[in-house]
Amino acid sequence: MIIVFDTLAKILFFFVLIMGLVVVLIWMERKGAAFIQDRTGPNRASIGGVRLAGLVHPVADVFKLLFKEDVTPANRHKALYNMAPWLVMTVALSTYAVIPFGDHLTVAGRKVPLVAADLSVGLLYVLAIASLATYGVVLAGWSGNNKFTFLGGIRAASQMISYEISMGLALMGLILVFSSLRITDIVAGQGDLIWGFLPKWGVVVQPMGFILFIVAVFAETNRNPFDLPEADSEIVAGFHLEYSSMKFALFFMAEYAHMVIGASLIATLYFGGYQIPWLPRPLIEANAGLILTLELIGVTVVSLLIAMLFFRRAQKEKGKFGDARDREPVLGGLLWALVAVGALAGLGLKPWTIGPVGADLLASLLQIMTFVAKVVFFAWLFIWVRWTLPRFRYDQLMRLGWKVWLPLGLANLVVTALVMAIV
Amino acid sequence: MSFEGLPKGSGDKKRSFRESIYLWEVLRGLGVTARHLVRNLLHTDDMPTMQYPEEKRVYGDRFRGRHRLMQRDDGTPKCVACQMCSTYCPADCITIEGGEHPDPKIEKYPVSFVIDLLRCVYCGLCEEACPCDAIRLDTGIYEIAADSREKFVVDMEFLLNNDTDGTL
Repeated sequence: MIIVFDTLAKILFFFVLIMGLVVVLIWMERKGAAFIQDRTGPNRASIGGVRLAGLVHPVADVFKLLFKEDVTPANRHKALYNMAPWLVMTVALSTYAVIPFGDHLTVAGRKVPLVAADLSVGLLYVLAIASLATYGVVLAGWSGNNKFTFLGGIRAASQMISYEISMGLALMGLILVFSSLRITDIVAGQGDLIWGFLPKWGVVVQPMGFILFIVAVFAETNRNPFDLPEADSEIVAGFHLEYSSMKFALFFMAEYAHMVIGASLIATLYFGGYQIPWLPRPLIEANAGLILTLELIGVTVVSLLIAMLFFRRAQKEKGKFGDARDREPVLGGLLWALVAVGALAGLGLKPWTIGPVGADLLASLLQIMTFVAKVVFFAWLFIWVRWTLPRFRYDQLMRLGWKVWLPLGLANLVVTALVMAIV
Repeated sequence: MSFEGLPKGSGDKKRSFRESIYLWEVLRGLGVTARHLVRNLLHTDDMPTMQYPEEKRVYGDRFRGRHRLMQRDDGTPKCVACQMCSTYCPADCITIEGGEHPDPKIEKYPVSFVIDLLRCVYCGLCEEACPCDAIRLDTGIYEIAADSREKFVVDMEFLLNNDTDGTL
């Protein structure tokens, strides 16, 4: 019974994390694209004058899409058409079951492993579920009864076949190095150091495999430069062309959920997952008081600096808009000042005298925060690459997949196997 | 693929080894976008974007905006209903109905002067054609909006007092 409760709590954590990240990523995408292209990006939607630098826009989008009319093509395949968005979304979310976001968390004396399902075949599960997501795209493309969506579906299917192979080959190298399919084992193995200073991350022991994997993940998530299934400039919007309202929103959210999953796979398999480099868990627990004190001091200083920046802006831009938006910098400054006060109050509680229970909790929280930070960074990498590179042409995509990536993956596997046999 | 006889495109370009493995070039591209991002984050105020409803672009004096009809000192239109502008208009958007003016020196005056703003292409040929400087496009108004087509057909009274904002 208690295990069921634990699992539900972990599922809830991931659901909240993904949904929260989806909102943040949509904001990052729009704002990042704007800044890369020398624009200001979304800055209009506001709640009582507070615009949060455009973060209110995704909320406004959700309300807009919820209330929009659901226009459907007359000659669609009804069941498949309605099933596709749910399939894409469900599959996107279910990959997360095997990804560990921390070592363990001690709740009321019990050690709870921070992974929803610690499968012994975790990597196989990831690969299997990742290919299932393509079914949603293919079904959406086919059931819409539209040539553009059909082309998008075909492209998704062939792209998946081409890149699944190199993804699998890249992962096989990783499996050889860590000799386990269990993702928690792989992450635990990445906590060691090579020659005493280099973290034994996947990217260090498998650099070629990492490049193969990250490109395959980009292709699997249908993100630029491999976003041929939706290619707006060629086949309008590809597979989700015939969807509107909340069904479209599901596809949209699934794309970002896929990005979150791609980012967490990269972080987990090749960048040490929740492991903090040079700071293994026993070390954190031994020096918990010092770390917590330093952290609180850091938070105080940084948030005070941010608050000062806000107040300076409030002074400089007094009465710039002549409406509720003028309050925004003052409110932001007050919020950050509050954070600083909170951190100071924490310092007042003598954090250097933290006990073993607190040290354990601190280590778990630090690991979760490290994991989330890595995921956010790689999700940002997806966005960054999208606004840097143009789209591949279809034949270029196929040539890269079959003639370059497949032989390279095989070579990487052979070399890894030889090295593993010798060492 | 070969393109014999066609001008050389980027597909035929000989790539160096560094370019042909893409990765280095991809990293360079990421560097370019990152540079733009950081510059814009640090100097948000220098961005060329205009916050439109609050800030409006100031156009030069020669900008052709919405038309206006000039008035004599007594407030009557300067127009003498000579039909030059409506004849010259390439979009055929001006309709003038002339009438006998009591003053023999003026001879004619417009009974009605109607411009269909949806047909108008803002070329300014009407003000070029006008012999007595009766029509001008110098209001500088470019925000011309209404919620029905009928409202875009504006009459003489509107054009004589044309210094309002964009709403028709």
